[in-house]
Amino acid sequence: METTSQPTSTGARIALHPCYSEQAHRHFARLHLAVAPSCNIQCHYCNRKYDCSNESRPGVVSEVLNPEQAVQKALAVGAAIPHLAVVGVAGPGDPLANPERLFATFRALAAKAPDLTLCVSTNGLALPEQVDELVKYRIGHVTITINCLDPDIGARIYPWIFWNHRRIRGRKAAEILIAQQQQGLAMLVERGILVKVNSVLIPGVNDEHLREVHRAVTAKGAFLHNIMPLIARPEHGTYFGLTGQPEPSAEQLRTLQTACADEGGATGMMNHCQQCRADAVGLIGQDRGAEFSMEKVAATTVDWQAAVAKRTAVRAAIERRIALHSQLHHPTPLAPSSAQRPRAARGEPLRIAVASNDGRTVDAHFGHAREFLVFDVSPMGARLAERRALDRYCSGPVTCGDAAPALTGAVAALHDCTILLCARIGFEPWRALEDAAISPNSERAGEPIIDALLAVYAEWRDRLQGAAPPAGDALCA
Amino acid sequence: MAFRIVALCTNCWGCLPLCPQQAISAAAPHFQIEAARCTECVGDYADPQCASICPVEGAIVDAAGQPLNPPGSLTGLPADLSVFSSS
Repeated sequence: METTSQPTSTGARIALHPCYSEQAHRHFARLHLAVAPSCNIQCHYCNRKYDCSNESRPGVVSEVLNPEQAVQKALAVGAAIPHLAVVGVAGPGDPLANPERLFATFRALAAKAPDLTLCVSTNGLALPEQVDELVKYRIGHVTITINCLDPDIGARIYPWIFWNHRRIRGRKAAEILIAQQQQGLAMLVERGILVKVNSVLIPGVNDEHLREVHRAVTAKGAFLHNIMPLIARPEHGTYFGLTGQPEPSAEQLRTLQTACADEGGATGMMNHCQQCRADAVGLIGQDRGAEFSMEKVAATTVDWQAAVAKRTAVRAAIERRIALHSQLHHPTPLAPSSAQRPRAARGEPLRIAVASNDGRTVDAHFGHAREFLVFDVSPMGARLAERRALDRYCSGPVTCGDAAPALTGAVAALHDCTILLCARIGFEPWRALEDAAISPNSERAGEPIIDALLAVYAEWRDRLQGAAPPAGDALCA
Repeated sequence: MAFRIVALCTNCWGCLPLCPQQAISAAAPHFQIEAARCTECVGDYADPQCASICPVEGAIVDAAGQPLNPPGSLTGLPADLSVFSSS
């Protein structure tokens, strides 16, 4: 189910949130403030020792901020990026394990940036005791990471928690954590706060179990469930990374997301998550963190009242544009395709992946694409079926050693596509794609996606059956 | 009788607010325990608080220099895989 099919009130509340709304994430920016360094649990997929600027994943930050710095940064970013809509605290530890730092930050932001939406992402352990405090700070949205309901599974994900002044381990730790998460979820929903649940898909540990988690969080009133792939590489120094725990394939992830979506219920499934760093800045899929280091922020003066006015005007303009756009092109919102498609044959839609950074033209180098837009093209036109994120971990393969696994991952992510459109592509990936029966095509570099799709589809049909080019309906990417 | 924080500390702030004696400070390059104030939590808690929340194996040691969280005790990793103990 698509998030926009939620009741209007919820729909309106998520429309501006880039992490929740597929539409909003192309227009509105978010800022993660790394003001919460401490954590009250250990997860086997997390190691906060590292700071690598080429890495983009949760739990990783470049500099931890104190509340004064965090406020300064938020105001500076909010002045420089007028499409900023959301300020979140997601770590690098757990926001609610750092309540004084968190609430000092939110207090100041509520006063000086009252137009910005505040949100937190938590493991849930301290949630029940903090719910009433959270409500005070105009927190509209909370994300809880819930990976299991079964403490035996939990014991394989969480080696310990810190609880009532003791370190608790194993099954007992998981039992407490799970109970706190479920209680916290219920309490938030009761108070009218929107709750998104994040789950990390860990093959062989909680893969089957996550359907049960989905049912439980749906029953408790979460508005969105975001199942994310485990990130586990040895170089990250995590337990899962070092012990060879496999990451799920794009296929595994999609199958589970589809199965959960098919369960029905009022909880939407989310699949445009990019698993951002805990100090990400800008539009999702883009990180402008380097422009706003504390050193640079400290040197800027901000007229915060002027910034509020500017953001309000920009937001209104974007909302008008989104409304117009959806009237023109999407009487119903674009939904990700829930069915697995076999390789296109005569008469069936042709699945084409496009490497695009701007979302409008074929402008991305295959090896640098952060995501692929996957279209189903037929004589009726083209339809965006899915966005597939990839290579979330590293922007510099040269510095990160062997790029081969990334290539294999990219090829696997495209396994059901017949053609790949990109601006440029190297010899090795070209051969790897051809080996996987996917035809790479860089002849359409720079063209608008719609033109490129229809032209390539026409060529393919001509080649296949000598038919006339299709009468292409308009679409927008 | 006092604990000590060593260079493995990542300055995560976990321990500082928990210390019943306010013996911990956010010093550079890493957090520090003021030996004169540290009671090892005797009389306050069953377990030493700093060592009970510290996520880094080996970062806090006792008076004899022995880690309160030895390699493998927090991550569950065998010592040869532990990034904390080998770096």
